[in-house]
Amino acid sequence: MTEILAAEPHAVTAAAEGAILANAWLLIAFPLAGAAILLLGGRRTNGWGHWLAIAMSLAGFAWAVLALVQLLGLAPQERSRSAHVYEWFSVGAFTVDVNLLIDPLSITFALLITGVGSLIHIYSVGYMAHDENRRRFFAYLNLFVAAMLVLVLADNYALLFLGWEGVGLASYLLIGFWQHKPSAAVAAKKAFLINRVGDMGLLIAIMLMFATFGTLSFAPVAEAAGDAGRGVITAIGLLLLLGACGKSAQLPLQAWLLDAMEGPTPVSALIHAATMVTAGVYLIVRSGPIFEAAPYAQLVVAAVGAATLLAGAIIGCAKDDIKKALAGSTMSQIGYMTLAAGLGPIGYAAAIAHLVTHGFFKAGLFLGAGSVMHGMNDQVDMRRYGALRKAMPITFATFGLGYLAIIGFPFLSGWWTKEGIIEAAFAFGGVTGQILGWATLIGAGLTAFYMSRVMFMTFFGTARWDDGVHPHESPKSMTVPMIVLALGSVFLGAILVFGYRFAHFLEPVVGAPEHHEFSLAHMLTSWPSLTALALMVAGVAFAWARYGRAEVPRTAPAGNPITVAARNELYGNALNEALFMRPGQRLTAAAVAFDDTAVDGVVRGVAEGVRQSSQGLRQTQTGFARSYALTMVFGAAVVVATMLGVGVA
Amino acid sequence: MNHAAYSALETTLAAPVITQGPPDIDYGLLSPMLVIFAAGVLGVLAEAFVPRARRRVTQLVLALGAVLLAFVLTVSLVGALPADGAGIVVAFATVAVDRPTLFLQGTILVLALASLLLIAEHGQEESSFAAQAAAVPGSEEEREHVLAGSQHTEVYPLVLFALLGMLLFPAANDFLTMFIALEVMSLPLYLLCGLARRRRLFSQEAAVKYFLLGAFSSAFFLFGIALVYGYAGSVNFADVAEAVAGGGAGVIANGEPLLLAGIALAGVGLLFKVGAVPFHNWKPDVYQGAPTPITALMASCTLVAAFGALLRVFYVPFGGSVWEWRPMMWVVAILTMVAAAVIAVTQRDIKRLLAYSSVVHAGFILTAVIAASPEGLAGAMFYLAAYGFTTVGAFAVVTLVRSREGGGEAGDLTQWAGLGRTSPVLAGALGLFLLAFAGIPLTSGFIGKFAVFEAAVAAGATPLVVIGVLSSAVTAFFYVRIIVLMFFAEPAEEGPRVLRPGGPTGVVIAVGVAATVFLGVYPGPVLDTMLPQPAEAEVAGEAPTDMFAR
Repeated sequence: MTEILAAEPHAVTAAAEGAILANAWLLIAFPLAGAAILLLGGRRTNGWGHWLAIAMSLAGFAWAVLALVQLLGLAPQERSRSAHVYEWFSVGAFTVDVNLLIDPLSITFALLITGVGSLIHIYSVGYMAHDENRRRFFAYLNLFVAAMLVLVLADNYALLFLGWEGVGLASYLLIGFWQHKPSAAVAAKKAFLINRVGDMGLLIAIMLMFATFGTLSFAPVAEAAGDAGRGVITAIGLLLLLGACGKSAQLPLQAWLLDAMEGPTPVSALIHAATMVTAGVYLIVRSGPIFEAAPYAQLVVAAVGAATLLAGAIIGCAKDDIKKALAGSTMSQIGYMTLAAGLGPIGYAAAIAHLVTHGFFKAGLFLGAGSVMHGMNDQVDMRRYGALRKAMPITFATFGLGYLAIIGFPFLSGWWTKEGIIEAAFAFGGVTGQILGWATLIGAGLTAFYMSRVMFMTFFGTARWDDGVHPHESPKSMTVPMIVLALGSVFLGAILVFGYRFAHFLEPVVGAPEHHEFSLAHMLTSWPSLTALALMVAGVAFAWARYGRAEVPRTAPAGNPITVAARNELYGNALNEALFMRPGQRLTAAAVAFDDTAVDGVVRGVAEGVRQSSQGLRQTQTGFARSYALTMVFGAAVVVATMLGVGVA
Repeated sequence: MNHAAYSALETTLAAPVITQGPPDIDYGLLSPMLVIFAAGVLGVLAEAFVPRARRRVTQLVLALGAVLLAFVLTVSLVGALPADGAGIVVAFATVAVDRPTLFLQGTILVLALASLLLIAEHGQEESSFAAQAAAVPGSEEEREHVLAGSQHTEVYPLVLFALLGMLLFPAANDFLTMFIALEVMSLPLYLLCGLARRRRLFSQEAAVKYFLLGAFSSAFFLFGIALVYGYAGSVNFADVAEAVAGGGAGVIANGEPLLLAGIALAGVGLLFKVGAVPFHNWKPDVYQGAPTPITALMASCTLVAAFGALLRVFYVPFGGSVWEWRPMMWVVAILTMVAAAVIAVTQRDIKRLLAYSSVVHAGFILTAVIAASPEGLAGAMFYLAAYGFTTVGAFAVVTLVRSREGGGEAGDLTQWAGLGRTSPVLAGALGLFLLAFAGIPLTSGFIGKFAVFEAAVAAGATPLVVIGVLSSAVTAFFYVRIIVLMFFAEPAEEGPRVLRPGGPTGVVIAVGVAATVFLGVYPGPVLDTMLPQPAEAEVAGEAPTDMFAR
């Protein structure tokens, strides 16, 4: 794969390229312009601002579709195109260029971001109709889309980092969008802080890369990765993983995602389910050559994925807040992708395929949850739902299709792509392959259970509504995007996986693993597939027994220790506090004590030194013209003396 | 000055008139300056003849129109430069019209336009200027003028005259013209500094200080010129350069000390104007005391003009003795970058803080002067333009934040706490300017710093750059501290009143933001206009002096 990546990406001149690919910057410019106009235009744009935002997002989508068409017209090995945007600056012998990389991987993301993004923009018109800050909301959404496109279209790690920080900013702004709620403000801050840890990892990885390879462009880094020292490349890999963990809410940096559900539901759907949280998977797949050269780091990636997929699923089993249950599920599904990305070339295509279908069915599920909340006066507790399938038939149908997709009901999108990951895990071979494979199987069973729990508690059973709640179906602007996403949840997987179409499309980027011919019969009859099916049925049945047939209490029962642990997010926060916060605080206290009692600490000493000298030097600023004149005479004497001294010497 | 030297000077000055018959001055190439001069003179006449009610509008139209026209003329002159060679020397070789001149003049004119808009602002409150400068502060007379709503429209012609000096200062091609430009620029500024409406005594004190110290520094400059003249027998830059290259042959035997002392003293005069340590003491006091629009004018335009003159003097006449003046510049640059950054840490007043920040930035630009290369020249000029826009915008923000008592500007930083919550747009703009001052990527400040430091490293001044980067780290501390204060601190109990930016001030802030972002994201076009094309540089042999006309 390195050969293909290195195939002179800069040799292609703009003239030889189609205008669409060469002007890929427009893809980013559309939503960015939308955000700028809405933010700078102020209240004047209140009336039509959201339509502009939708138009900009759709324009980006149209551009991405055209780019895909053009890309498909090229021979597979020529599908990696570098589009020179402009020279950022050139000083002396040092030149920094801004280049975009259009290849099958980045165009897949661009389509997902602008496609699902546009649907969620449309949905938000109805969802945010009564919010007085709707214009600002749409501006942030556009800003997010632009930043996310920078992230995936960058052809080097520096530009990727810019987009990475950009989506972090947009995420922070949108989680805390309802700032009047203290919980939202706290959640935004928490997401910001935890992401800083990950970002620092990525930043150090980038610095290490620059020090090691002398460049940050993907192609030369990929080429040189094999020659770097084992220790350095492993460190780079682990630091990249740390960055990915922060952004994608993987263990141990997972704690922010559940709190992030304080943001408006369209945000949860777009940023915290379909796109931004998958950026970590993108980073790992894009950095494939680095992980190839660092097998230990790669193994850690798979282990983190496996642990998160189980932890997320367990958390999802116990949450009564519909959005938090779905957030646990997101963690778990991204765990699947991370696991697959940690398998190396045999897993990359499976990871990205699952990422795409997940983008559709999870966004659909979140929009469905938003629709339910819309009809239930913003109630999020599933114990106050029940029997909603008659009141909200469209939401029920679309949510149901998303549900069937995520639990891996045969021939729906999720089944195709999840099977790919399970198969790849077992194909990895050895004890590792067995452990990872069984993790994915257990995960499949858990997924079936917790998603059925959500489904049954919300749409089946008896109505446990609060007084004065009159559930109703949501307006068209909300249901239409849900229907479109539901169609994707049903058909997209088959379109991508049948005949390994998507895997072949990605081959120029992620490499061509040795795999057998595509065979539907094999997919249906292999033992992991049958086991997954059995576990899925068991999970659904168990959930039906507990939440479908049985009466659901309106308040949560005490529950056994495992349930309690899961409700508390497996003590992730307590763990954070115990592992990082308290030792950190103690360390700080110790450092301060050391500072005070022993010799002034170096850091404090320098700061204090600067302050002291500042106070001292300030004394020279007496305010008297006479002393200033004296200083000048003194200065002139020094200048003359230096000149004459140098001249004589 | 002995008699022989005096008569030689006389001959030098008189010679062209006698030998060439009627003076042949290329008025076209001088037109930007002539337009500003004419507008200034008309402004004085307007003070005398235009009725009081219409005076302000007349002056404003005159000043803005003249600056705009001068800018258009400056841009059109770029095409008039010869394709080969750096530029043209006009008016008996007293003025050099070349690419550095035109770039700096264009920059000064745009920044002056922004400053004029700040000066003109009086949308919602009374203007920043005293109703009657001559009245004793606190007197009955002053009160009467305030009540009568008097306005100091003399401000506009004064600014135009100062602007004339600023345009001539970096273009002057001999020491005497440069000295005259210096005085033309400074005298109106001394007056303007004393015109603040609030804290009259404070403002007048600043004006007197500026005047005394300015006169003092002019004396140094003049003395330096005399010594250089004694060495070279001429005040013309090309002649001095020739004499320096030839070791002073033919004029004076063993005159080296004369030249060295002359460079030092002329340097003191110029370093005073840019505010390098230890000639910086005036800056905080004057910046704080002057009316804020005038501070903006000084911090942007005066700095550009002064650095333009400094670059020309040290690159053209003194270009041959680079090895002699470099150590002295090293000392000054290090002192400037370190001392000013350290003092700034404990400042509590926003205007004083920006003044010290301006001193530190002067230190950074000096590293590019030390490089003595085309990259150094280009880097310094880019830095000046980038810094000029950012600083004008920052001072524009300062004019809007007023303290609750008395309505003066809320200088004290404690008043700025929590401004990000009460006025997010304004605080956001100031935050951007501060990040640019700190040199964060994607702002113009980053590119500027990168350009000057890169030039310095290429010229072998790596230790200087290390000090510069450390100094940047210290300055970043106090810039970010203000951002933290604005966005993360609880708003002050008796918080400031924040005026809604009226038209002019709003435009200035918007232009500042746009320029800061544009020059940070897409600096290519501006950077490239200043650097000679590769082929040219090769022919020119990488000497910075070849970018200047002689």
